[in-house]
Amino acid sequence: MSFDRSKTPTWRTGYRYQYEPAQKGHVLLYPEGMIKLNESAALIGGLIDGERDVAAIIAELDAKFPGVPELGEDIEQFMEVARAQHWIELA
Amino acid sequence: MLSTGSNLPDTVSGTLPPKPEIGLPLWLLAELTYRCPLQCPYCSNPLDFAEQGKELSTEQWIKVFREAREMGAAQLGFSGGEPLVRQDLAELIAEARKLGFYTNLITSGIGLTEQKISDFKKAGLDHIQISFQASDEQVNNLLAGSKKAFAQKLEMARAVKAHGYPMVLNFVTHRHNIDKIDRIIELCIALEADFVELATCQFYGWAQLNRVGLLPTKEQLVRAERVTNEYRARLEAEGHPCKLIFVTPDYYEERPKACMNGWGSIFLTVTPDGTALPCHGARQMPVQFPNVRDHSMQHIWYDSFGFNRFRGYDWMPEPCRSCDEKEKDFGGCRCQAFMLTGDASNADPVCSKSQHHGVILKAREEAEHATQTIEQLAFRNERNSRLIAKS
Repeated sequence: MSFDRSKTPTWRTGYRYQYEPAQKGHVLLYPEGMIKLNESAALIGGLIDGERDVAAIIAELDAKFPGVPELGEDIEQFMEVARAQHWIELA
Repeated sequence: MLSTGSNLPDTVSGTLPPKPEIGLPLWLLAELTYRCPLQCPYCSNPLDFAEQGKELSTEQWIKVFREAREMGAAQLGFSGGEPLVRQDLAELIAEARKLGFYTNLITSGIGLTEQKISDFKKAGLDHIQISFQASDEQVNNLLAGSKKAFAQKLEMARAVKAHGYPMVLNFVTHRHNIDKIDRIIELCIALEADFVELATCQFYGWAQLNRVGLLPTKEQLVRAERVTNEYRARLEAEGHPCKLIFVTPDYYEERPKACMNGWGSIFLTVTPDGTALPCHGARQMPVQFPNVRDHSMQHIWYDSFGFNRFRGYDWMPEPCRSCDEKEKDFGGCRCQAFMLTGDASNADPVCSKSQHHGVILKAREEAEHATQTIEQLAFRNERNSRLIAKS
């Protein structure tokens, strides 16, 4: 089953992506919880704005980090995990 | 003052640093007030809450939030008592949100109105948690000590979702309501809860006083967990976003819980009068805890005696000291060790290695034969609190 890159991710209601200076990294905050994002998840998360579709996010990171192998697949995988965990909605 | 245990021979020399690096206080719980319109007999507030000092002012709370946020606190819970009785709640929410906190309102829903839900949203409130006492009106109202509580909670839960908040519903379960867990879960799904906390009573404060009348039997607990797992599987198969969180009572475990993820590790509670605690149950312990009126949050978290009292491992006596699981559970809960053994440094008696484990076995045995009705429980109210404080 192929991933539909024309879908647009939005954070689920009540989920907030933000930078935490004390942790020197980005986190995802939600009711009574927090997930510390690794560097690549933070880069992808920073582009989830309800406007960009997955293809646009891939294009933007590809331009920023040219030549990274399987970049598109990694981003698709992040989207799949984030949707399965109900962090994002894909519409 | 208790012995620190530091003069014991160091049997684990070289394996662990005696004072590991102190983590960030990521979680700040602001117990704004002990005032509450309900009288739940399992309340975690101290028994003598009616005798505690004056509440912090708006400015004092804002100072606490600012300092904690600078130190890395990210989650802020407004709790109590019932936080809605504070007239400055919207102002506190707005300040906290401006500082960058994820703001959680932990409420019984009593005193909540559509107007407040809307005002709090404008102030930047991120999430509302409503606690229920039971899935049916009669038991709920009996436990809450209020005739109108249930209908109000249902109405407010619907309003919370209608205003676009994520919602956690919290049910404290015990022997009088745990057999209805399927109805509790059905109700939560119908109300579109994002998370459901099915929290079996933990025995602190008023719950400890009423333990015999609250602790479910092993059979009740096993059934409730099985039913919960069945619902979990069903929700997952449907791709349903509702998450069920089942908290077992540690009285049925053989190893203690890693309480608060370790003493002074990520949690910081500030009580209505400004006393800072490493967990909301710690007030009863014979340890000097600092007050935010006298000290900065920096001092309180990193330097105060109270917050350092059980950090690391070098305070531990046996059997914890030489136990290879101490990094996993930190010897369990200090409050429970104090309550049940008289010495807060002891192993939590939930642990089968504890010489006091018999207390837990006896409580399990009592649960098999307990006959106490809901009406016979000691309800959390000012009158009972003053009587207990005097005796």
